[in-house]
This record gives sequence, structure tokens and C-alpha cells, in this order.
Amino acid sequence: MTGGALGLGVATMWLSLIVLLPLAAVVARSLDGGLEAFWDAVSSRQAVAALRFTLLISLAVTAINVVMGTLVAWVLVRDRFRGKRFVNALIDLPFALPTIVAGLTLLALYGDAIAYTRWAVLLALLFVTLPFVVRAVQPVLHELDREMEEAAHSLGASATTTFRRIILPNLIPAIISGAALAFARAVGEFGSVVLISGNVPFDTQVTAVYAYKQLESDNITGAAAVSVVLLLVSLLVLLGLRLLERRP
Amino acid sequence: MISVSSATKRYGDFAALDDVSIDVEPGSLTALLGPSGSGKSTLLRVIAGLEEPDAGAVVLEGRDVTYVHPQQRGVGFVFQHYAAFKHLTVRDNVAFGLQIRKRPKAEIAAKVDELLEVVGLSGFQRRYPSQLSGGQRQRMALARALAVEPKVLLLDEPFGALDANVRAELRAWLRRLHDEVHVTTVLVTHDQEEAMELADRIVLLNHGRVEQVGAPRELYDAPASDFVMGFLGPVARVQGGLVRPHDVAVLVEPDGDGAVEAQGRRGRHRLPAAAGTGVQRRVTQDSGSSASGCSSAGRLPAARSASVTCSTTPRRLERTAIHTCCSGAALPA
Repeated sequence: MTGGALGLGVATMWLSLIVLLPLAAVVARSLDGGLEAFWDAVSSRQAVAALRFTLLISLAVTAINVVMGTLVAWVLVRDRFRGKRFVNALIDLPFALPTIVAGLTLLALYGDAIAYTRWAVLLALLFVTLPFVVRAVQPVLHELDREMEEAAHSLGASATTTFRRIILPNLIPAIISGAALAFARAVGEFGSVVLISGNVPFDTQVTAVYAYKQLESDNITGAAAVSVVLLLVSLLVLLGLRLLERRP
Repeated sequence: MISVSSATKRYGDFAALDDVSIDVEPGSLTALLGPSGSGKSTLLRVIAGLEEPDAGAVVLEGRDVTYVHPQQRGVGFVFQHYAAFKHLTVRDNVAFGLQIRKRPKAEIAAKVDELLEVVGLSGFQRRYPSQLSGGQRQRMALARALAVEPKVLLLDEPFGALDANVRAELRAWLRRLHDEVHVTTVLVTHDQEEAMELADRIVLLNHGRVEQVGAPRELYDAPASDFVMGFLGPVARVQGGLVRPHDVAVLVEPDGDGAVEAQGRRGRHRLPAAAGTGVQRRVTQDSGSSASGCSSAGRLPAARSASVTCSTTPRRLERTAIHTCCSGAALPA
């Protein structure tokens, strides 16, 4: 057996154990009651409302992150200011902080003002997905050939035109990749929203929390079924991302 | 016509440009030559508007553009590392400036095709820069700069990133192109050969100052300083003065004691004998007499002697040997 084959074998087994097996278990569990029960679980009014809200709020969060994340990356790469390294380190905080702590923090900070509203969910998701676009765009922007911009200026392009026609097209792949990761994360987020959302059905209830509630009321099949839907959404986004990345 | 007067640019303590004034004739090809850190690139970028001078003025065709943004200067700029728009095809790269100027599509297409023909890239319209060689990318960059019909074409070490063959080829090609197009061109280079071969005039810079300005021949034959002389070709230091290898020639056979005489354009050198190879010889300069009609009014001081290390016996000490000796740069005085 060659080293390459051994490596491949170990990697496959590891991924199977750690990733595929639990996923398969969830899928199997969701089908415990047959296809009909699965369909009933995912098409219940409350489940559909939760899924709709989850997808819409995730899209909104992603859109905001695309703009603000790119802006933050721009400032971190192009501007010089005191405390830049500190701010740079701060970006990763949402990664490091337990998300439940993030939820508690938001709750303590805003309390009655926005707690248990859709705004609260938006804020919580913005917090946990902040790093994705920033960290995707930052290195690309850093490596971007400044002379391209100078060439555009000397050819008569204004700063805005240069950004739109030269800089942005070179950042788009990184922005898309950061956006897809942020979206996938927002769709599956649980910890930061479980407290602050208040879990109001047909209003602030997101799918992950809905699944948790189903578990609590001993509807394990239902919980597994909506989980599978979340899984599919994330999988589709990530697959779409791969397809986009393969284009030249 | 480009006119830079008293341009000064400092980066902290470092003076990239120190009171530099140059005039570039319309239609000429001028080389800014100098070692790295001499300020030649900074000067070019100041002309293009990519750097703002701390003091001084830049006038392009009678218009003071010192504080005018590069987009309004009407200059074409070519970078050492091409600065190709990676996400655009060759066609769109070249068309960029014209699209910015909102020219009609048909006109842009015709102009792009014509320029790609001129730079020898027709048939490459749909390629991306990553699919081109370095030389092709640089020709594309030239076409892109020429597309907007700039008043001035500025080239920053345009061949510096290319290998020797391509460099020589593009150099000759640029000279031909300039003879056809006649756009006022300023070229930055640290390669004296490139400057001598290409330029009508050379501006030699050192430490942010202009050392000398003139035609290549003028700078070579009448260097204003030791620095200019040393920068434009190989030199050897003999007794505190600089000589070029071809300024020294052995004229006579070795005499009885094995000594030979070297006749330079600027003096007569006597090389006395010494035994064996790799020996110390003396170059004696006798600038008083110029029997064979050679001028003695050169830059070599009227020194009596200097030591030269040669790895050849006196009898075989010929022109080439002296060349070798003197090309060995710093000869101990």
C-alpha cells in the first residue's frame, strides 16, 4: 500500500466517522415515520414559517455583511490608524466567543429595547457572521496589484470608476465565498439566537430553535426532519459556491 | 513638451528628488537613467501625477499640471510589472481608456484592432493576461497606454521584468514604434546600454539630483563627472583618474628588458617587464608627448605610474590583455 492510498483511506474514514455518519443518522432518524411523516413535519405551518424567516433573515444578514465586511476589510488593508492591529484581532472575536455568550451580551446590552424581536435576531446573526466576508476579502485586497489602479487612473478613470471596474471585479470571488459561508452559518445559527429571539412562533422563531423545541417536546422525528432541510440548504449553498469558484 | 522645474520629493529623511529640473523636447525619446534609489522612477511618477512633489512644478504642453489628478493629464503610463487588468481580456484591457471616454463602440473596436496589429497581438483579443507571456503582456500594456492617444508616453522600467532576449527584441521594437508614432516618450531604466541604444537624450540621475543631460554620445565622450563616466561604461581607476578600456592600447613590441608601451588615446603608458605570469606591472603615463597624434587632453591626470595586475607574460601583452587589466575595475594606485 502506498503512502498516498493510506492517507486517502485515513482521510475518508475520518470524514465518514466525524461528518458523514452523524449526518446519515439524522437523515435516517428523520425518515423513522416514513416519507409521509417527514413531509408532514417539514410542511407544518410553523416549520414553514420558521424556515422562511430563517432564509430571509440570513439573506439580509449576508447582504449587509457583503457591504460592511468589504468596507471593514478595505479599511483594515488600505488605511493606517492607531490600534489597527487591535481592531484586526477583534474581527475574529465572534469566532472565538461561545455564541450563547454573544446572545447574553446582546440581551444585556439592548434588553427590552429589541429583545424578542426580529431586529434582535438580525443583530445576533450579524455579530456571529461578521468575520466571514472580512476574512475572505482581506487577503485578496492585500495582494491586489496597486499598479492596476494607477494604470486605470492614468487611463482616465475616476476613483469610483476604478473601484467599480477594476477593484470590485477582482474582489467578487472572495466576496461570494465569504457571503456563502456567512449565509450557511446564519441559516444554522442556534446559540446566539436561542435566548434573544424569544422563540416566538410565526415571528422570531428560526428553524434551528424550532428543531430544538421539537426535541424538547419529544418529537425527535420532526426535529430531525427540519434539521435535514437545514442541512440541504447549507449543502446547496456550499455546492453552489464550489461551482462558482470553478469558473475562471 | 514636458517641463519639470525644481521638483523635490522627500520620504522622511530620504530625498527621492532634490531640486530636479528637466525639459523634454516634444517627439523625443528621453531616458531617465540612474542607479536604484536615484529618483528616476519618482520623477516619472511625478510627471504622471501618481506622486505629488513636495515642491516644484510640472508643465505638460504649456499647462501647469502639478496638482492635476493623473486621470486628467493625458499621459500613457507603462509599468514594469505590466499592471494588466487580470479580469479583462486583451481586447477589454486595450479598450479600457476609450470606454472611459465613452467613444462609440465601432470606433473602439476599430482602434483596438489597429493597435493590437501594431503591437503584434492581433488574434489575441479574447485571451486573458494570464494566458500571455511577459513580453506579450507588456506589448498589450503599451497598446493600452497608446489607445487614449496620450500627449506623453511614460515607461517605468518597461523591460525590467523580461528575460534578455525578449528585452532586446522589445527595445528595438519600441525604437521603431517611436520613430513611427512620434509621441513624446520618457523611459526609466537603470540599464545604461538600454538608455544608450534607445534614447535621443539621457537624463542621468544620482541621489535625487541630475548629474548630466545630453545625447548618449555626449555623456559617453564628455562625462561631466566621474560618476557619469563610471555609470556609462566599464572604467578602471588609474592613479586617481578613470580610463575606459578602449582608451588604452598596446602599440609596440616589448623592448630589450621586456617592457612594453601602451598608447592610450589620452596618454602613453609604459609597462615594464617582470618575470612570470600574474605579476605586478607598472602603467606609466606620459601625457607630455603625443607623437602618434593621440590627444593627451583627456581626463587621465598626468600621473607617472600606476600598478596593474596582469596574468600574462610581457611578450603576449597585447591589446586584449590591457583591456582585461583595465576592465578589472579598481586598480590599486
